[in-house]
Amino acid sequence: MPGLKDVKDKIDGVSKTSQITQAMNMVASAKLRGAQEKMESFRPYSAKFAEAMGDLSSGMEGADLPLMEVREVKSVEIVAVTSDRGLCGSFNAHIISTVHKLIKQYEDEGKKVSIVTVGNKAFQGLRRTGKIRTSYKDIMGNFQMFNAREISQGISEAFIKGESDQVDLIYGKFHSVAVQKPEVEQLLPIKPVEKGEEAEEQKSAVSGAYIYEPEPGEIMEVLLPLFLNVQIYHAMLEVGASEHAARMTAMDNATNACKDMIAELTQLYNKARQAAITGELMDIVGGAEALKG
Amino acid sequence: MAQIHLEVVTPTGPVVSDDVDLVTAPGVGGEFGVLANHAPFLSTIKTGTLSFKKDKNTKYLMVSGGFSEVSNNKITFLVESAEFGHEIDVDRALRARERAEKRLAQAQSQSEKINRARAEAALKRALARLRTAELAKQ
Repeated sequence: MPGLKDVKDKIDGVSKTSQITQAMNMVASAKLRGAQEKMESFRPYSAKFAEAMGDLSSGMEGADLPLMEVREVKSVEIVAVTSDRGLCGSFNAHIISTVHKLIKQYEDEGKKVSIVTVGNKAFQGLRRTGKIRTSYKDIMGNFQMFNAREISQGISEAFIKGESDQVDLIYGKFHSVAVQKPEVEQLLPIKPVEKGEEAEEQKSAVSGAYIYEPEPGEIMEVLLPLFLNVQIYHAMLEVGASEHAARMTAMDNATNACKDMIAELTQLYNKARQAAITGELMDIVGGAEALKG
Repeated sequence: MAQIHLEVVTPTGPVVSDDVDLVTAPGVGGEFGVLANHAPFLSTIKTGTLSFKKDKNTKYLMVSGGFSEVSNNKITFLVESAEFGHEIDVDRALRARERAEKRLAQAQSQSEKINRARAEAALKRALARLRTAELAKQ
């Protein structure tokens, strides 16, 4: 039976932990709101961008654009985006294990793999593979478009030089506050945007009248790198929101676990106290009996 | 006077959404102006000053990297950043210009091509900011 004081100390300790987890939960929920707002304000831009890309790329099949060049895939680059900080459940671990699976799959196919990590956790989790080409750390806290641009420039340079023939992007997609899943997308070569028949008809009615300046091909040359920025920025936004949502859930679970532990310990404490009182009573009664004799 | 609807959208949200008389923008092939009922038009935008006129008031915006589309009497700019002239921090732009010039001077060799391109882009942005702030003051 543990001593009374030991149990008391443990209860104090656990309740302090629960205060911390509760505070972290509240901070995460406040930050989640900010991250979601950031996603919301990005939506008009990305929607409009995708629309314009669709309009332009359908007439581009023959064009010679380095970022759309499809080659035989000998080496693959994987861009993994995770959060900078931990304590958010299995969110980052899921992304990293997806990366490991992908690496294995590509290597079984005889392809060379290199990795670009965004966020501290991706670096920590993938360091041992020895395949990291570049890593971007401490940027998930407060990132902007130019951070995404820096990353995409590095990736596209490697692709144009022929160091990689395909680039995959892996990030934690924000489905809802309760669900975040790793998502794999092909970044490079950029695929022409597929469009439904309806849009095609609409387009043929309008597009003839468009004046392009400069030529559509040259516009695409400017647009494609921007499109890459948009995709990476989007992934970073998703990870930002997912991280906070995952942390909220993790901290909520931790707080509940603390509550359960406190309840159990309190019961143990009461039992120990009762046992001590009973013991004392026995002594007193025993002593009184002895005196009578 | 007939007006055209102007929208300037950046990754951090819409900056302008208004009906205006005239839009002047820094296209890659040179500056261009757009009035109401312009033909459908698509052009890339380089770092520079975008201005628009409404009721005899002209406003200036510093924009960087993107494109614009005109259709159905509406002009949309999709740019990576957009700042109103009067909101520009001139001191910061001056410092950025200095920094970029220094970096350019250091990165003259061919092997530093990437750094040079970045410094050049930074310099262009700083210069565009300064010019836009200047125009907005007048």
